[in-house]
Amino acid sequence: MTTAPTPPASRARAAGSAAPAIRAAGLRKSYGDQTVLDGIDLVVPAGTIFALLGPNGAGKTTTVQILSTLIRADDGDLRVAGHDLSREPDAVRGAIGVTGQFSAVDNLLTGEENLLLMADLRHLGRRVRRQRAAELLARFDLEDAATKPAATYSGGMRRRLDLAMTLVGNPEIIFLDEPTTGLDPRSRRSMWQIIRDLVAGGVTIFLTTQYLEEADQLADRIALLDHGKLVAEGTPAELKRLVPGGHIQLHFPTAIEYAAAARLLGDVVRDDDALTLQVPSDGGVHSLRALLDQLDNASVEVGELSVHTPDLDDVFLALTGREPATDQVKEPIR
Amino acid sequence: MSTVSHTFSDSATMLRRNLLHMVRYPSMTLLLFGMPIIFLLLFVYVFGGTLGAGLGGASGGRAEYLRYVIPGILMMTLAAVSQGTAVSIAMDMTEGIIARFRTMAISRASVMTGHVLGSILQALIGLTLVIGIAVLLGFRPNAGLTDWLALIGVLALISLALTWLTVAMGMASKTVESASNVPMPLTLLPFLGSGFVPTDSMPAGLRWFAEYQPFTPFIETIRGLLVGTPIGSSGWQTVAWSLGIALLGYVWARRLYDRDPSR
Repeated sequence: MTTAPTPPASRARAAGSAAPAIRAAGLRKSYGDQTVLDGIDLVVPAGTIFALLGPNGAGKTTTVQILSTLIRADDGDLRVAGHDLSREPDAVRGAIGVTGQFSAVDNLLTGEENLLLMADLRHLGRRVRRQRAAELLARFDLEDAATKPAATYSGGMRRRLDLAMTLVGNPEIIFLDEPTTGLDPRSRRSMWQIIRDLVAGGVTIFLTTQYLEEADQLADRIALLDHGKLVAEGTPAELKRLVPGGHIQLHFPTAIEYAAAARLLGDVVRDDDALTLQVPSDGGVHSLRALLDQLDNASVEVGELSVHTPDLDDVFLALTGREPATDQVKEPIR
Repeated sequence: MSTVSHTFSDSATMLRRNLLHMVRYPSMTLLLFGMPIIFLLLFVYVFGGTLGAGLGGASGGRAEYLRYVIPGILMMTLAAVSQGTAVSIAMDMTEGIIARFRTMAISRASVMTGHVLGSILQALIGLTLVIGIAVLLGFRPNAGLTDWLALIGVLALISLALTWLTVAMGMASKTVESASNVPMPLTLLPFLGSGFVPTDSMPAGLRWFAEYQPFTPFIETIRGLLVGTPIGSSGWQTVAWSLGIALLGYVWARRLYDRDPSR
């Protein structure tokens, strides 16, 4: 953890110069009559971070499982690290590392034994294996817990050990399937820093996440996956231009106040049952003050107020015209 | 290419992993050994007097029955250890680490081979323990050095067969619970053979089954090596059955491992 955080945009440099680390064309997968991936095309240049963003059930994990040789695609021309996935799976396996959503550590072994197990399976020499394990334990702040069974580790430690195990073989491409899901904010930030350091060292990262912020913080390019299709792809800045601004949500104590406010504000999203209005806004102090002044001048009393900044839901709303499939929070009324 | 050349070292690595598991989690091993030991005590002290009289040997009674029942108890030990193998591989398959192994350039069968070799070692320890307890109870085998060596070989071979079969059963099980139930018949088969009473005391249909199921030649071969009863054709039948079951288990397990994991 030595390098300073670099803004993602400046890292997109080498893109296109070398052969891509990952290239998929027409990737398809279905289970029975349920189509999980319906023709995915993507290219990940070497040395960059690519984020696959989408809600639960969009097909993110299936994509990672296919690209990391865990399951077979039904169709598609797939190349990882320059090797064809179906013809040379072992050559691909030798070049990649995978840290999945589900912890892939051996609970009965200690942290150190887990790393030595990986070193043995990567066929590192007798002396190198100990050295590599010690190095990774130090780098991931696991030295104190090195001789304790992994079953006793906290969520954050477990995730760090998991990633350390992935790094034992110095993979050129790393797949991270929701690397920060379930982590507390501090552990999440330390994981982000680890990922940035890896890319600074020349590794290519393929990341899946449900969090727009995470993709925004880390990725050079983001692809949006919904119902097995890529609905958008671009740099974080390009994608954000597609997202409408946030809104301010107002809740009113009585139907009279609610009706008055709705008349006053005009073009807003109404929820007549809950007596709430969603007013488009950039969430800034000025627009907030202006809105409240407007309501004050008309003597309309607001019960509760919340500021809503753009998030994954908004991206989905903008790009698919509906809420993410698994979101059960609210139905927009337009 | 690398897969072929690393098969041996990967299997050894996985064996070390399984041995570490046994050391870290000894209660599972002790539980597996407990069952045959309890059956040994039960059959010798509770049923032994009566069953031994029925054998009609020279001395008769409990001591005679102890001599008779050892091979059946040894088979139960192997069956118990194999059942443990099914459970531990089913538990393994629910863990994320197996997904990690699948995405690494390692020998495909090594995960299973590690389990099989670990279980054979575990079985040999259990068998030694059971024979040791039998000796304490008064069992006096009259096997020579070559008999002992042949006995170790035969038991390891049968163990190899049963473990590959139960590895496949464990892989085929959707849950850990069903993995512990599916190999149950293996524990019962010694009863439906010559393990606890001679087959000629059984009714016709059962006797026919008892004479043709694999545990009867297993038991007769072991009995012959331990106490010197005639082995006859049981020897080659044991080798043939063992190799057949091992091959079947191996092919089945490989097919299950190579199919896409469903999550």
